[in-house]
Parts: sequence; C-alpha cells; structure tokens
Amino acid sequence: MTEISKIKLSNAQIAWRAAQDIPDGAYVNLGIGFPEMVARFQPDGRQAIFHTENGVLDFGPAPEPGREDWDLINAGKKAITVRPGTAFFHHADSFAMVRGGHLDVAILGAYQVAQTGDLANWSTGRGGVPAVGGAMDLVHGAKRVAVLTDHVTKSGAPKLVDRCTLPLTGLGCVTRVYTSLAVVDVEEGHFLLREKIPTITLDALQQVTGAPLHAEGQVAELVAPEDLA
Amino acid sequence: MDKRAEAADAVSHVFDGATVMIGGFGGSGAPIELIHALIDHGVKGLTVINNNAGNGHVGLAALIEQGQVDKLICSFPRSADPRVFTDRYLAGQIELELVPQGTLTERIRAGGAGIPAFYTPTGYGTDLAEGKPTAEFDGRMYVQERWLKADFAMIKAELADAHGNLTYRMAARNFNPIMATAATTTIVQATRMVELGAIDPEHIITPGIFINHVIEVPRPAQEEELNRAGAVYP
Repeated sequence: MTEISKIKLSNAQIAWRAAQDIPDGAYVNLGIGFPEMVARFQPDGRQAIFHTENGVLDFGPAPEPGREDWDLINAGKKAITVRPGTAFFHHADSFAMVRGGHLDVAILGAYQVAQTGDLANWSTGRGGVPAVGGAMDLVHGAKRVAVLTDHVTKSGAPKLVDRCTLPLTGLGCVTRVYTSLAVVDVEEGHFLLREKIPTITLDALQQVTGAPLHAEGQVAELVAPEDLA
Repeated sequence: MDKRAEAADAVSHVFDGATVMIGGFGGSGAPIELIHALIDHGVKGLTVINNNAGNGHVGLAALIEQGQVDKLICSFPRSADPRVFTDRYLAGQIELELVPQGTLTERIRAGGAGIPAFYTPTGYGTDLAEGKPTAEFDGRMYVQERWLKADFAMIKAELADAHGNLTYRMAARNFNPIMATAATTTIVQATRMVELGAIDPEHIITPGIFINHVIEVPRPAQEEELNRAGAVYP
C-alpha cells in the first residue's frame, strides 16, 4: 500500500479531474467537505451554477473572515456570498430541484461504491449518532451522480466493491467514480475503466479494486496538474 | 385583524407532550428568541421537528439540555458542538427519528397541504425505508412516506405585517415557510413589523393565513455568534 500512497492523486487532483467534466452552465450540487473543492477547479470560460440544498442557487465564494452573514450559509453551515444571479428559495423547492431531475450533476463522497452503482456514504454502521442530511435525496434525480474518493480505505481495502457491506445511501445511483487512481464509469452492472494514472499497471489497479474492471478499447491516461499534488 | 403578540403569551399555549416544528437550518433562520421563551415557559415531553439537533448551549440545544424534549425528528443531528444531543441520545434519554432531508421537507409540505402520504425514490432499499410500503411507478421503485403535522410551529421571518404576511432573509428562509403551513398554531418572530401594504404583495413569501401570532424581535440573536461567544441559556 505504501507504493499506492506514493503515486496516487491528491484530493485536489481528484477534484480537478471531476471539474473538467462539468459543462458551462450546468446546475451542480457539491456534497459537504471534499466535493466542495470541485468549485475551485472550473476550467477557464466555464461557469457552473452551484445549488446548496438549504435554499441558494448560484452563490459566491466564502466572505473575508469577519464579514460573514450567518443568514447566508451553505449546506455545510459555512458562510457564502451572493453575486449577480443568486436566487433564494425554501426547502420544498430546493428538494424539488433535487428529486425532480433538475440538477445536471451531484458530486458526493463515498465509503463504498458497488459495481451495480449502489452507494454507501452515510453510515459506518458502528453506532454513535446516525446522520443522513440530504445524501439519500441527492443520489436520486440528478442526471449524473458522481463520486469522489480514494481508491482504497486507509487500511488498504477496496472502496470499489462487488456489493456494499455498509448501510446503503441509494441503489444503482452512481454513474461515475473519480478515484485517486482512476476514472471509472458504472454501466449495466459493472465497472468500466475509462482512465488510470500512468504509474499503475492494469493488474495492480485490479488488485486494489473489489470487482472486475472492464474496458472498451484503450484506457486513457489520467494526468492532473502537478502543482495540485 | 391584528396578530401581534408578546413571545411569552404566544408560547404559553404550548402544552406538555406537544409536537413543535422549529424552523431553521443550523442557526440560519432559527427563531432563537422564541425557543428561549419556550424554555422559560418550561413545558416538557415535547416532540421537536427540526433539520438538526442544536449546536452549543443556546436555542434548540438549550431546549434539549433543559430536558424538555423527549423525541427529535430530524435529518442531521450533528453540528460543530453537538454534545447536548449526543450525550442524551447515547444515554437513551431522547428518541431520534432520522429522516432524509428532502423527505423531511416533503412530509412537512404534505402535512401543510392536506396530503396524507406520497411516494418518493429517496431511501428506497436503505435502512431508513425499512418497513415502509413500496410501489413501482413507470418501472422505478418508490417508498411511501406519511405527512408530518405539528401542534405548533415556531419560525423566523424578516418582515411581517399585522395579518402575518411574511418575507424572509436570504438562506434563513429554508424550512420556515413550509413549517408555517403544517402546524395547528404557527408563531413567528419577525425582525421588523411593517404597516399593512408596506410589503409588496408580489413579494410576500408566506401569506398570513398560515400565521397565528407575530412577535417583533429586532436585532435577533444568531446562533453562530452566540456560540462563538460561549453563550449558555438560560
């Protein structure tokens, strides 16, 4: 595993890669935490419109410290700003946008993704206080549901699996996974490898993946900017 | 018609064992002054419906800390400082009904709109849909969910007039307009009372039909600022 930790992409590089697939004008919801980084890496000339489920579309970046207005926050309870084009709405409208198929992309984190597209990302099943937020809603309705994740857990276990063993967030909902080693689509019940980092072999990648990786023709090279490493 | 009231009088009708919806998403849109009036009123055995479970030792967290809440219906009982809820939950002193956020929202909306049940794709095949009826529509599976109603809703608005017509401020709108529709009695704290006609009818978000009592609370406290100052209520 030490070898993988040396060659794998950083979280910023994974977020950068995911950002390259978001077209100009797309309506996008970014999950709390790691997925929020995607907003930083929009290619020049493209401007996605970000949705936060607590009732804001097309918000601006965080304000300067000390300039926060606590009536203006995102789903992660962090202060945001308004900009020309911002819209406010209540929760029922917000989740109509989510479940009603109006978002182009939802990007979430994951504990496990199964080759069927099942996602587990809300509970480690170990007790404590359970919390789900909007995750179970966000995985239904967006035209694309993408996951950002390390390819393996801290202990080296695959996060791309045959079947999820942790409590499910949704069945058959994930369409693409951006990992620290590869870009993988979920198609018709199997993983389709689209890109891999050039420093790992197909065999080595398969060894750290919990279900067969299929490929159609040439697998592209996954190369992210060095300065984000 | 004049729905203006004092906070203490308005919350004095809340009874032991009542179900109370409390607006807000985290501290944004949380009616802190109304919650504190409810603490002063001292009722017990409440079922509270909120997106969260309080933060620090003010607002909803303080209501829980005073032992007034027996059950919480929410989507995300975590916060920067969730100890009040967490300790009671792990000690078995408070019941939790965890509901996906969009389902929580729609259950409240349905309660306010007279729709006893509906089907949603959210949660299908997960632990949170266990035991609930399911059905297939156009080749896809859905979970049946039931409406949520309350005896009281306590919400926060920006402008209000004497009829209870309301506007909200930025992302502090969140659950407030839908909770206003789903309770037998809705109490609103508004930052500014204005004359009838001062709110452009085109801009009214909640029409006064949903509102019973309006309390003016100028310069309302923000949960985030109270917590940064280490505030504790009472």
